[in-house]
Amino acid sequence: MIDIKNLHKNFGKLEVLRGVNTTIQEGERVVLIGASGSGKSTLLRCLNLLEEPTSGTVIFEGVDLTAPDTNLDKTRCRMGMVFQHFNLFPHKTILENITLAPVYHKLQTKEEAKKKAMALLERIGLADKANTYPAMLSGGQKQRVAIVRALAMEPKVMLFDEPTSALDPEMVGEVLELIRQLADTGMTMVIVTHEMGFAREVGTRILFMDEGEIKEENTPAEFFQNPQHPRLKEFLSKVL
Amino acid sequence: MLANEFTRTFIKDNRWIVFWNGFRNTMLITVVAALIGIVIGVLVSVVHYLAESAKGKKRRNIGTYILIALDKVLAFYVSVMRGTPLAIQLTIMAFIIMAGFPNKVVVCCVAFGVNSGAYVSEVIRGGINSVDIGQMEAGRSVGLSQIAAMRLIVLPQAIKNILPALCNEAIAVLKETSIVGLISVVDLTRASDLVRSRTLSPYFPLVSVAIIYYLLVAGLSAAVNHLERRLAQSDRH
Repeated sequence: MIDIKNLHKNFGKLEVLRGVNTTIQEGERVVLIGASGSGKSTLLRCLNLLEEPTSGTVIFEGVDLTAPDTNLDKTRCRMGMVFQHFNLFPHKTILENITLAPVYHKLQTKEEAKKKAMALLERIGLADKANTYPAMLSGGQKQRVAIVRALAMEPKVMLFDEPTSALDPEMVGEVLELIRQLADTGMTMVIVTHEMGFAREVGTRILFMDEGEIKEENTPAEFFQNPQHPRLKEFLSKVL
Repeated sequence: MLANEFTRTFIKDNRWIVFWNGFRNTMLITVVAALIGIVIGVLVSVVHYLAESAKGKKRRNIGTYILIALDKVLAFYVSVMRGTPLAIQLTIMAFIIMAGFPNKVVVCCVAFGVNSGAYVSEVIRGGINSVDIGQMEAGRSVGLSQIAAMRLIVLPQAIKNILPALCNEAIAVLKETSIVGLISVVDLTRASDLVRSRTLSPYFPLVSVAIIYYLLVAGLSAAVNHLERRLAQSDRH
């Protein structure tokens, strides 16, 4: 579904990604872990080209996203993204946050979008907040709305960029629970996270990023019980 | 004595009509110029934003180069507007660029609007920068084009952040319009000059228009303050 070939990304002189290769299949839930600065967020952001790779290709459903004539806006409609800092639109109500893009792209009429958004809000127990503004919500609520906003576009794959890192500890659970529910529906996901327990439970494959490369990848069970690379052993000894 | 002066300045020969017409021109030029200024300001600052973000990209096409060139031209326009006296700009507009244009009030609207646009563009540029980059990214991530994300997500927040500064710009325009007498347009200031030259009494005409300007500015300022408080309130959690 997503083919990443020899991906490099430099910020000025800093090499953040140094040749990443991997393929993400439909239905997979790939979790990226690694220390801060290892390039995992950058890799995730390269998948929908929010970050433009310095070289290499990202192929999504057969389309090379790095080709200059690719319509990225269309592609991004099929790739949902959830940010560390939620990035809800503060000047729009919760409902408008969710319906804005589907209505803009004419995927749904205003009425349909509203109905669908309300159903989604109902599911996460925030229907009563539909007409309030993001500033009125807690961090956990904001992030759940942000997930719903991405889902409203009916994406083929969901990208999560440290979805719980900016949350108060007591709010992490509700967000992970929603992602877990989403995982149960078979949604393809790529998740950057520091929550090891969650990674192990939800992921179908774990990638360990270090110094801009994938140093190790494996199934969750093998990955955590049987780490091979010395850097991964060191990393796990610190975080587990 | 005072009543006599008042009568001479405003009542005799229906002189209040001169003031009234001047007042109308002042308001007309201010409002139209401020609107032109905002339109130009938004365009200039958005072009600048797009050009800046295009510079960092590998994906370039002919449009990118046009954009960057246009941004350079607009930067020059802004520096000229800021670097030359408004009185000169106004007379150049009236006697060179729009020479022969019959309606001098329109000339004033254009000259002040084009000048104000340069200042407004700087204000809006600051406003755009004040909006978190994550807002643009979130907009792009749901498939909005850069222009659409700018229009629907970033600009509304930017304008809200700079509303007070924009109102201050409008106040500046209002006061600057007092030089339109240079090209023989009768505004509030010019009206007072006309009446003064008839009555040969400087105090009443001059002090009166000063008070009118002051009341207009004070009213606008009060409105801005009120607005600022309201906006601050809606930001509180």
